[in-house]
Amino acid sequence: MKKILISSVVVALFFSILVFHASAANKPPQKGEALPTINLPVPKNPDERSYLGLSGSGLFKIPQIKAKAVIVEIFSMYCPYCQKDAPGVNQLYRLIENNADIKDKVKLIGIGAGNSAYEVEVFKKTYNIPFPLFPDKEFTIHKACGEVRTPYFMVIKINEDGTHQIVHTQLGDYPGAESFLELVLKTSGLK
Amino acid sequence: MQKKRLVNIILIIGILSAFAFPKMAFAISEAYKENIYPVGTLKPMDSKLKVKVGDQAPPFTLPSISGEKVSLNQFQGKKNVVLSFVPAAWTPVCSDQWPGYNIAKDIFNQYDATLLGITVDNIPTLFAWTNQMGKLWFPVLSDFWPHGAVAKKYGVLRSNGVSERALFVIDKKGMIRYIDVHDINKRPPLEDLMGALEKLK
Repeated sequence: MKKILISSVVVALFFSILVFHASAANKPPQKGEALPTINLPVPKNPDERSYLGLSGSGLFKIPQIKAKAVIVEIFSMYCPYCQKDAPGVNQLYRLIENNADIKDKVKLIGIGAGNSAYEVEVFKKTYNIPFPLFPDKEFTIHKACGEVRTPYFMVIKINEDGTHQIVHTQLGDYPGAESFLELVLKTSGLK
Repeated sequence: MQKKRLVNIILIIGILSAFAFPKMAFAISEAYKENIYPVGTLKPMDSKLKVKVGDQAPPFTLPSISGEKVSLNQFQGKKNVVLSFVPAAWTPVCSDQWPGYNIAKDIFNQYDATLLGITVDNIPTLFAWTNQMGKLWFPVLSDFWPHGAVAKKYGVLRSNGVSERALFVIDKKGMIRYIDVHDINKRPPLEDLMGALEKLK
């Protein structure tokens, strides 16, 4: 009886490891695909909550953001290019927010790969980042996204029926706010 | 019966090893392009500390990439000092450690602390590598020759000749107040270091 119990525990552990490994993707999310599972905490800051059109607390998924298109930047406070691009990405946020036609349709968030809440806060403060940033201390999201290099940009189109797809991905090579916004609007069908 | 037991043992060992050697997680910056050498998952620690909290920090003088020699004792009575040993240039986790400290200068200032980055690489290698990080505000020191002598003095030289990923906080009196010989495969969270500096206030 004891042996059966041990064997069952062993088998259960073995399968739980298989499941754990399955959650790590081999390649970055591709254009045309849906996002991997990414659970983010609803921001405590009411301005950020309102920016994303979320309410309450707990977790949310990116397609629940009230928008037609969401730009996701996977960054790290330790990444020199993310640091260099930070002012340009802030400029992108301002371009969107200052344009009444797209303000409510396009939202921008950042996910700090391997960054603790403290580290994300240092990045946010250093570059006065006005849009919501989320820590991913244990690399959970980073792994689900195929361990992309940083900065990695994804544009997600959210359809009327709540479905979504990735319409653009880009590793580094940030072209500046105007060009990138143009690309976002085109790929997500807003222009 | 014997065979069953053997199978169970093998399975258990297999499972435990999967936990003991989890896949190393790190986010490489695109800044380094294809120049980061994959080192795989390494033994978390591979040296024996020769100093402890409360000891006077062993003195040293090392050449820096700016050409000047930097001595630990030049900060005595003036600044708290953080020594950041990282294992090697052009490797995954190390390449994404100092650039973070580079944007945290204000926090170091707040604690009246300076930072000395140290590896066992030679000056030209350190020069080329740190150039990818942007302009660093802190000195980068080479513990190349005699090879790893300072790392050895502190007890953070690994058996293959690179140093541990280790942080030492030394107060203005030259006393070691905090040591974190971190798992070489992981980056130490910034808040732990800043928490140690906070305690010096």
